[in-house]
Amino acid sequence: MSISREEVEKVSLLGRLLLGPGELEKMTSQMGQILDYMHLLSEVDTENVEPMAHALDLTNVLRDDTPGVSLPRDEALAAAPHRDDECFLVPAVLGDP
Amino acid sequence: MSLIESTATELLGQLQSGRTTAVEIAAACLKQIDRHDAKIKAFLRVDRDGALARAAEIDARRKAGKPVGRLGGLPVAVKDLLCTKGQRTTCGSRMLENFRPPYDATVIAKLRAADAVLIGRTNMDEFAMGGSNENSAFGLTHNPWDLTRIPGGSSGGAAASLAASMVPLSVGSDTGGSVRQPAGFCGVLGMKPTYGRVSRYGLVAFASSLDQIGPLGRSAEDIALLLEVIAGGDPLDSTSVDRPVPKYTESIARPLENLRIGLVREHFGEGLDAEVEAAVREATRVYQSLGATVSELSMPHGKYAVATYYIIAPCEASSNLARYDGAHYGHRTDEKAMAVELAAQRKALQQTGDSRKLEALDNPLIRMYRRTRAEGFGAEVKRRIMIGTYALSAGYYDAYYLKALKVRRLIRQDYDRAFEQVDLIAGPVAPTPAFEIGEKVDDPLAMYLLDLYTASANLAGIAGMSIPCGLSTGGLPIGLQLQAPPFEEERLLRAAHMFQQATDWHTRRPELS
Amino acid sequence: MSTPHKVVIGLEVHVQLDTRTKLFCSCSTQFGAPPNTQTCPLCIGMPGTLPVMNRRALELGMKAALALNCEIPRFTKWDRKNYYYPDLPKGYQISQFDLPMSCDGYLPISDAKGRFEPKRVGIIRAHLEEDAGKSMHAEAAGKADSRIDLNRCGTPLLEIVSEPDMRSAEEAKAFLTELKLLLVYLGVSDCNMQEGSLRVDANINLHVDTSEGTKATPIVEVKNMNSFRAVERALAYEIVRQTEAWEETHTELGGPGGFKTTRGWDESAQVTRPQRTKEESSDYRYFPEPDLVPVTVTEDQIEQSRQSLGELPAALRTRLEATYEITPYDSDVLVNQGRALVDYYIELAEACGDGKQAANWVQQDVLRTLNERQIPVEQFPVSAAALAPLLEKVRCGKLDANRGREVLAGMVELGRGLEDVMREMGIAEVDDSALETLCRELLEANPKIVADLKAGKQKAVGGLIGQAKKQNPNVNPGKVRQLCLELVEKM
Repeated sequence: MSISREEVEKVSLLGRLLLGPGELEKMTSQMGQILDYMHLLSEVDTENVEPMAHALDLTNVLRDDTPGVSLPRDEALAAAPHRDDECFLVPAVLGDP
Repeated sequence: MSLIESTATELLGQLQSGRTTAVEIAAACLKQIDRHDAKIKAFLRVDRDGALARAAEIDARRKAGKPVGRLGGLPVAVKDLLCTKGQRTTCGSRMLENFRPPYDATVIAKLRAADAVLIGRTNMDEFAMGGSNENSAFGLTHNPWDLTRIPGGSSGGAAASLAASMVPLSVGSDTGGSVRQPAGFCGVLGMKPTYGRVSRYGLVAFASSLDQIGPLGRSAEDIALLLEVIAGGDPLDSTSVDRPVPKYTESIARPLENLRIGLVREHFGEGLDAEVEAAVREATRVYQSLGATVSELSMPHGKYAVATYYIIAPCEASSNLARYDGAHYGHRTDEKAMAVELAAQRKALQQTGDSRKLEALDNPLIRMYRRTRAEGFGAEVKRRIMIGTYALSAGYYDAYYLKALKVRRLIRQDYDRAFEQVDLIAGPVAPTPAFEIGEKVDDPLAMYLLDLYTASANLAGIAGMSIPCGLSTGGLPIGLQLQAPPFEEERLLRAAHMFQQATDWHTRRPELS
Repeated sequence: MSTPHKVVIGLEVHVQLDTRTKLFCSCSTQFGAPPNTQTCPLCIGMPGTLPVMNRRALELGMKAALALNCEIPRFTKWDRKNYYYPDLPKGYQISQFDLPMSCDGYLPISDAKGRFEPKRVGIIRAHLEEDAGKSMHAEAAGKADSRIDLNRCGTPLLEIVSEPDMRSAEEAKAFLTELKLLLVYLGVSDCNMQEGSLRVDANINLHVDTSEGTKATPIVEVKNMNSFRAVERALAYEIVRQTEAWEETHTELGGPGGFKTTRGWDESAQVTRPQRTKEESSDYRYFPEPDLVPVTVTEDQIEQSRQSLGELPAALRTRLEATYEITPYDSDVLVNQGRALVDYYIELAEACGDGKQAANWVQQDVLRTLNERQIPVEQFPVSAAALAPLLEKVRCGKLDANRGREVLAGMVELGRGLEDVMREMGIAEVDDSALETLCRELLEANPKIVADLKAGKQKAVGGLIGQAKKQNPNVNPGKVRQLCLELVEKM
């Protein structure tokens, strides 16, 4: 198995998921299976191969610095689960990210 | 032929000649949806009143001799992941169950401008992650050919809506086969255009470097028509390509001369269903009879496509889906229940005196995020977020993500070499016809392996298309995949049209009870 | 603060680029708008939105990088920095990771008061990134909700990372002062710290010579410094604190307990305090931003940008010193006030023909008024052309310097020309024959003083100057003195 339960738990925090004990068990085994399959790639010789992050060879797509229209505040806040007249509200933020 | 059985191109002709009206067509589609969608469940929502009103407005304009757009009042179904101003756009997820975007996707704007009648939103796998529509938070979609089977995915609702003659045109999206595979399973046509051919602005992202919006229809001409409307560069999408959109509908009837078709040796190996193989080989014989030459070639890195894809796509997805955290829109967990839960956990830890765990206990903000996401996302989405987060995290980046990017390049190079020898690559869309509902739910890896033939095109950014080419003995559709070099959609469409002039697989429809 | 150990300081500076719109959307970057009135679906991180790069931000970034003597790679790209925070709605910040738009530069710093030797501070890199929004924390922490304003989300920033080349808090402050000046001269940023257009984080530790070789103390990242003064004080504080900590614990960087920590500057208490950071939060999972395409830069573009830089502060100082024969201290004061004041100075110096005198008047009189009135030099009521004749009169002794200052004050107050104001104030120039007549009369009326003067008691001339000023307040005391002495000589 290529991933431990503790690692899965750590990743779940990094990805801001919350897995119950049963879910954690299942996730660990499924991730292990999937990651094992990924090791298929280790047989490919990628020495001197440039990574390809994107299929396009486009560059320099730029726009002019011309102001456009912003959303009216009520529209910006319309979908907020919790808000006041001016702002989005979230549980108290403490310290830095 | 009845209105609902006609192709979009035929309906457009009838509209233009005054033999029918947009309202009549919309009404016929709505009637078909009423009759059959309770069982098939292709649609998440149908905009009956809006569609009829829009159709009437277009009819009035046509009657008054005023200009009418390219789609002239044809109904179009839209996969529920294209943002539509003020209307729910759920992406098949609880997370966005009640989300109404304040803006229109570029493709939605183009459809409106072309006078499409937006008739409803089709079901899909949550965040387009899946190949069976079983991952939708809002229930299964059934394959119209056999209701016990899946329609494919993630654009399962789009393909099923066409197979069940509920609409003449549908818009889906394809990240690893999500248009082509359900089209194949449902016996309709579907195209994944070249990356950059269609604007992604307003498409709820799954994997940004792979996602592409694609048309589904019941004939090559219909795909040409819809692609012509939705394709084109967009200043709002930096990754769209600003080059002229050919008049696909004008060139489509011109057969391709001296067409060279390649069959990828590695596609016809272990795991490919014999009936699928036979149908695909028969299709190539049809092309030979039309003057094409067929040769075998090798794409040695094709077998790594699934592993490569299922690293890159989840990595991008883990980042793309980070925004769903309950802070600014979408689902948020019940904060009172959350506070109670946290307090209880803190108390329990204080009693056991486990200071390390107490220290590590989530603060309310982090717990809000985690509960929100735990509640809002389904199992497959969570799995991919986990894999992507893991593969990008410190210490694993090189082994997974970077390695996958390098293999991606090799896959692209395979294509470049292949297209030096042939004009099109032909092969299966999926290894088998549509499977039974529930068959693979507990085996994610088996599900992933279904993308073996389709994911490469997304990784390489080339164009691909699925065309009906047969029926299995069990009466299930089989799809032929054609792939072409970047921006050669026209070649795909002309080849598909040639095939349809010589065969009638695309006209076959399931018996709906 | 002197210390027996070597102090090692590196700075990370974020400056807001002076664009009209945000880095990736066309929302305005204007400061001070009501919360959440300058957002769009992209700023809110809504699904389906895509970034499109602002050309101007790239141009400004390149100017700054070139002025910092950086290399401009021909290829640069965007990356995502992933972390969760409510003022970052997408869950990632678009930034630059492994291929920044510029690297390997330097900024020369010096101190006009000579507190440290002139040196070059290396610039590791300068890259573009988007700003986050603002979280407003409730006063009773832990209870109420935090309020989120996304107006600032997506504002273009240039992050400038220095080498750890600074050896004292003074050097760090000098670096920041010079950097700010440079960027303001370039028109790249207004560098207004109150509005958040310039933000500084510092990394600081000590290198201690011991019998077992040089040891490094744990690096501390200092945040929350809201002025250059705060930076200077926070660093001075850290030097003392880290010195004491070393002496007490001998904790080494990389050794047991010797990891990097973050501390925040508490302005009211004038101390730094530890900030809690979760271990996992530093795993940013950078990867290439798939929604943007890379940027390539040609040699021509770089050359064009270089041509557009104009005269930078260091070159300007040198030119002022050479052309107008002023001291480095004077040129420093003038240049540090900004290009507009320098232009005023140059015009004045050219018109009155005495650079030193012009420097004195600009530094003392003009600057004082600007400071008192809180106005820029463009709004100073007396133009350089109008001020020049006044300086001329003072220099050739037609006006006493103090009277001259009163005249300038009058010109500022009344907003009128020199002659007008002198007339208004009843100030007349004293011509040479009138002055001689006055002096002769005084000498005649004061035989005792004349006698003293003849006896070599030069101090006695003061009495004559006092009387002369009483009779005509416009007389130049120096001239009265000189003339009286000459006349006595001839007697």
